[in-house]
Amino acid sequence: MSENPITPVIEMHGAEVCSMRDNGLAVIEDVSWTVAPGEFWVVAGQEQSGKSDLMMMAAGLMTPAKGSYRLFGIETQDFGESELADRLRVGFVFENGQLFNRLTIAENVALPLQYHKDLPLGAAEEKARALLELMGLTPLADITPANVGLSWLKRAALARALILQPELLLLDNPLNGLGAHHAKWWLQFLDQLWRGHEHFGGKPMTIAATAKDLRVWKNDARRFALLRDKKFTLLGSWKDVASGDDTIVMELMEASMETTTFKKE
Amino acid sequence: MRPGLAKTLEFADAQLLRRAPLPRSYSNYLGRKLFLFLLTVQGLGAFALITLGVLLKKFRVAPNVMKPLVRREIFRAGMGLLPMFMFVAVALGFLVIGETVSTLARFGAINYIGTVMVVVVVRELGPLLAAFLVLARVGTANVIELGTARATGEVEALETLGIDPVHYLIVPRVIGMAAGVFSLTVYLIIGALVSGYLCAFLQDVPLTPGDYFKQLADSLGWLDFALLALKTVAFGFFIAIVTCYHGLAQPLRLDDVSRVAVRAVTQGIVVCVLIDALFIFLYLVA
Repeated sequence: MSENPITPVIEMHGAEVCSMRDNGLAVIEDVSWTVAPGEFWVVAGQEQSGKSDLMMMAAGLMTPAKGSYRLFGIETQDFGESELADRLRVGFVFENGQLFNRLTIAENVALPLQYHKDLPLGAAEEKARALLELMGLTPLADITPANVGLSWLKRAALARALILQPELLLLDNPLNGLGAHHAKWWLQFLDQLWRGHEHFGGKPMTIAATAKDLRVWKNDARRFALLRDKKFTLLGSWKDVASGDDTIVMELMEASMETTTFKKE
Repeated sequence: MRPGLAKTLEFADAQLLRRAPLPRSYSNYLGRKLFLFLLTVQGLGAFALITLGVLLKKFRVAPNVMKPLVRREIFRAGMGLLPMFMFVAVALGFLVIGETVSTLARFGAINYIGTVMVVVVVRELGPLLAAFLVLARVGTANVIELGTARATGEVEALETLGIDPVHYLIVPRVIGMAAGVFSLTVYLIIGALVSGYLCAFLQDVPLTPGDYFKQLADSLGWLDFALLALKTVAFGFFIAIVTCYHGLAQPLRLDDVSRVAVRAVTQGIVVCVLIDALFIFLYLVA
């Protein structure tokens, strides 16, 4: 693919996002959103505002009902087997992890490596265990997901998304349901990924996450957007968010959540 | 799932039709049933073709992942069921074949034993019974496993990882079931014929083992072997297609899984009987 260095990672124009469960139901209309390489976006919205559907469309799992969506400069309508290499440039973390229940945590993380690089299980697991160690998951490596708590499941899902070293990381409500300790770890780890983690070659990662509580994401370097009444609104930087008087934004900033009880280091 | 596949297979109209209140007139009810039947046939046909396409196109993709999966499915639909099949083979031999042999002997029709055994056990009862047992034991598990995977979002997770769900979840099951039904049918037939003779022997039927097996060998033609192989592979393939289609190809909630499992087993039985009828026709024509 001939790619311009400044080609946006995500480029939506007038896109209509449908529900993943019901293809005929539009949950967000007229989304125009551009994410440049190296940006860190947080898309906020209340329950049932279409955050997960937006992320799934951003990952290329479905195409917009109207408008256009280009991922790494490729129209997602055209995504097929030949664009597999581009699809693998995206890592996706589901809200509940969505790990494969029959595989252990280590096997879950090793699966993409095994499948796409055609590595034997031993070699793939070796790499997976190195990543699990980095993320504090070594004690859980040989346990199946059904026996692991949600906080650790989400972390394992992040490890699975990172094993192929994606350029774009999409996270669906990653801090939802986490305790303060886990939320703090996530924010720090995502920050390291965004700046370029040495485990992944030091290359900065583009990140887009959804959230129900804006306060924990407070950071001048991040960019924010809001989902409300089927509309996608760009909010800008944290300064713009904090200085606004939008009632929904105020609610999202006042949301009580245990993850807000710590101060980010 | 590849672009368009989910849309091809997810028949929202069919879901709406199934959940709609009963129509007032009988003709409307029949019309709805007919429409649902046609939608199911269309869906199953599309799913079978897609699976065949993926099977052929990705035969050499990710062998390090796929080979263990295929081995596991062959064990699950084959070796793992062998003890149960041996029990059924012995029961079938004692209950059906033993009775048939002793009855034929009573009427002096002992020379027809081979022909009767080949028609009843090799052509019809053996393959069909094996298919039904695999459908009950493994087919149901397929629907529940895949339905749960679909309802809990594991299928979407595969797609985000760039792994084709049809390749990873369906192809091993199709190969495993086709190989499983074929090999279990062979074991079932051999077990039933041997135990059937034992039963007849215990009843003092004047038939030596040599005569019994010579009659069987004389009654078997190359067509029996060829059509037996084709029929059992077709049974396994279509049982896998029907059960996987109901588990994977439709959007499910967890509470839908048990209802869909019942529907899949019912349709699996119908499909097996239809395939059997097609092969009877082939036997008659050939």
